[in-house]
Amino acid sequence: MSNGKGPIHERFALIFLFVGLGLFAFGTFWQAVSPWLSMRNIPYQKMEDIAKNIPPEFFELAEDYPEAFEKHFGEVGEEAFIKALTAGKKAYIAEACWHCHSQYVRPVSREEERYGKVSYPSEYQNAMHLPQLLGTRRVGVDLSREGGVHSNDWHLAHFEDAQGVTDDTVMPNYPWFFDEDGEPNEKGLGVTAYMQWLGSWVEDDTYQLPSN
Amino acid sequence: MSNQNTGIVNYTFVKFHIIFAMVYLVIVMLLGLIYSLQLVHLNFLPEFSWLSPGRLRMVHTNGAVYGFITNGFLAGMYWAVPRLTGYRVFNEKYVGWFLAIALQVAVLGTVVMILFMGLAQGVEWGETPQILDPIITAWLVVMCIQFIVPIYKTGKDRPLYAANWYLIIGLVWVIMVYFMGNFIPQYFVPGVAGAAVTGTWIHDAVGLYVTPIGWGLMYYFVPVLLKKPIWSHALSLLGFWGLAFFYPLQGVHHYLWSPIPMYAQYAAVICTVVLELAVITVIVNFLMTLRGDAEQLKSNMAIRWVFIGTINYAITCLQCAFHVLLTTQKVIHFTDWVPGHAHLIMFGTFGFWLMGFFSYLWPKVFGKESYSRKAEEIAFWTIALGLAVMWGDLLAAGLVQGFEWWGLELFMDTVRNLTPFWLIRTVTGVSIFVGAACFVYNMVMTIVKGNDLQTEGGAA
Repeated sequence: MSNGKGPIHERFALIFLFVGLGLFAFGTFWQAVSPWLSMRNIPYQKMEDIAKNIPPEFFELAEDYPEAFEKHFGEVGEEAFIKALTAGKKAYIAEACWHCHSQYVRPVSREEERYGKVSYPSEYQNAMHLPQLLGTRRVGVDLSREGGVHSNDWHLAHFEDAQGVTDDTVMPNYPWFFDEDGEPNEKGLGVTAYMQWLGSWVEDDTYQLPSN
Repeated sequence: MSNQNTGIVNYTFVKFHIIFAMVYLVIVMLLGLIYSLQLVHLNFLPEFSWLSPGRLRMVHTNGAVYGFITNGFLAGMYWAVPRLTGYRVFNEKYVGWFLAIALQVAVLGTVVMILFMGLAQGVEWGETPQILDPIITAWLVVMCIQFIVPIYKTGKDRPLYAANWYLIIGLVWVIMVYFMGNFIPQYFVPGVAGAAVTGTWIHDAVGLYVTPIGWGLMYYFVPVLLKKPIWSHALSLLGFWGLAFFYPLQGVHHYLWSPIPMYAQYAAVICTVVLELAVITVIVNFLMTLRGDAEQLKSNMAIRWVFIGTINYAITCLQCAFHVLLTTQKVIHFTDWVPGHAHLIMFGTFGFWLMGFFSYLWPKVFGKESYSRKAEEIAFWTIALGLAVMWGDLLAAGLVQGFEWWGLELFMDTVRNLTPFWLIRTVTGVSIFVGAACFVYNMVMTIVKGNDLQTEGGAA
């Protein structure tokens, strides 16, 4: 491209092609493509596959808030579960929950004792982790083993008035997760269903430390 | 690199982008400040969804990178690239205004869509809504053409100076990096592999966009500010190859001890430590160029911003080489240590460099003397001290948090114990905000009331 004079490493074409394109490709292969190649054989679960295992808390949610549930998700079942998880994930991303709550338990720092079973790759190979929500920060607790730890009512009360439920918590309130009559709306029910789904597939009764 | 090329620099764009960079800087700082209040239980308006701390946080980071730093880089490049190459940028009338307007539309669109419509994307540092991603990618291609054409032209005449190498790779990399980070984990690669891609993007946004363009501009501004050549051409060569080889290889270090395969984690850790060597070459090169002229740190604000930024850079990169180790990660991962580090690199280094460039450029492009030395001093000291205290405070908070988690203290107790640290952080935030306000005040008053600049050698 360039017939510039001077040493070759100071020429436009070399810098543009070799450094700009080549080394980027090399680095990206190592750091992004090769982990993907390592895990390409893990079966990918679509929302329909996820919905085959509905945690019991979801049925309780339908019983406790029948009108709101019916209105937003219809009859309780696989279809409703997909709708609820999708709505929950949407709100989880929109409110940046994932900026204060991580979703992986590390094999170090006694996290297994605090949160439960150490995370493994296959539990992330699903539509709920597209885009992935592992998170990089814990202002609040890790959520990857949250399912079943608290009741539905606890979660909803916590979204409405976190400080009223947990003393001194720094979590914001989410009054827009509720209708004007105080009933949870699509977002409130969705995020609650999402919380109860997280880690529900882990058959492991490791002792979990209470959060407060 | 003297003032002989004044005729080919378009002052309008330099002014335009500096103004918008500062507008976004003030907004971004204000949002960060409001966010920090949540952590000390001072959320005054909890019922407004568009003031929810989570949403503010995303605008805070994205506004910093796309609003403040990108506008600042454009201002710097509109000034530096024609002077480095001897050619005008590709096209000012159409491309220049397209870049200028489209960037502000994209940033404002991001703000509105994240705050008011809840349309954030679930990719860290890429929370700009999905609908804007193709537009931003196209915008980056246009930005690349705008500045790479003059560099290409000058490459035909003579060997390229180091600043140009960095600008070339920065402009090329950012397109690919942005595409990779915003599309692949969003639509194609789920789960843990998606996390590896996201980590690569988070890292590359800083390492393959902000860093090379920041270094490129510094390789122009340092010799110009000090009025003497860069200390070592050989070191700039070493730093360039070190950056180019090792920087793209460390994305996974954002997800250490995660289920991502360990070989990728080891590679990331080793390359991050080695990268420290490349960074040292740059820091040594800048500081050795300063050698003999350190007295100017007192008298020249631009030189002071730039070199205190360089010292912050040395600190933050040394910190990086140490805290990326898997052992250290056991404690400090997920803690406040990380935001402390991030503030020192994004604002303490690249932000300070931009403030230095602006201090130098603003009087020049308006032909006015800087209005108030006092305001400049207040701005510098409140920001520099505020940031230093914030950094130390968040580091300490991170250690407390990390060890308390490891010690299996009740989670809520670990939150309660952090309140004093978060309180100090808010105070430092106020200090930094006051500094930024003084900086802006001085810029405004320079235009309104500043004396005309004495013409020297064709500048002004």
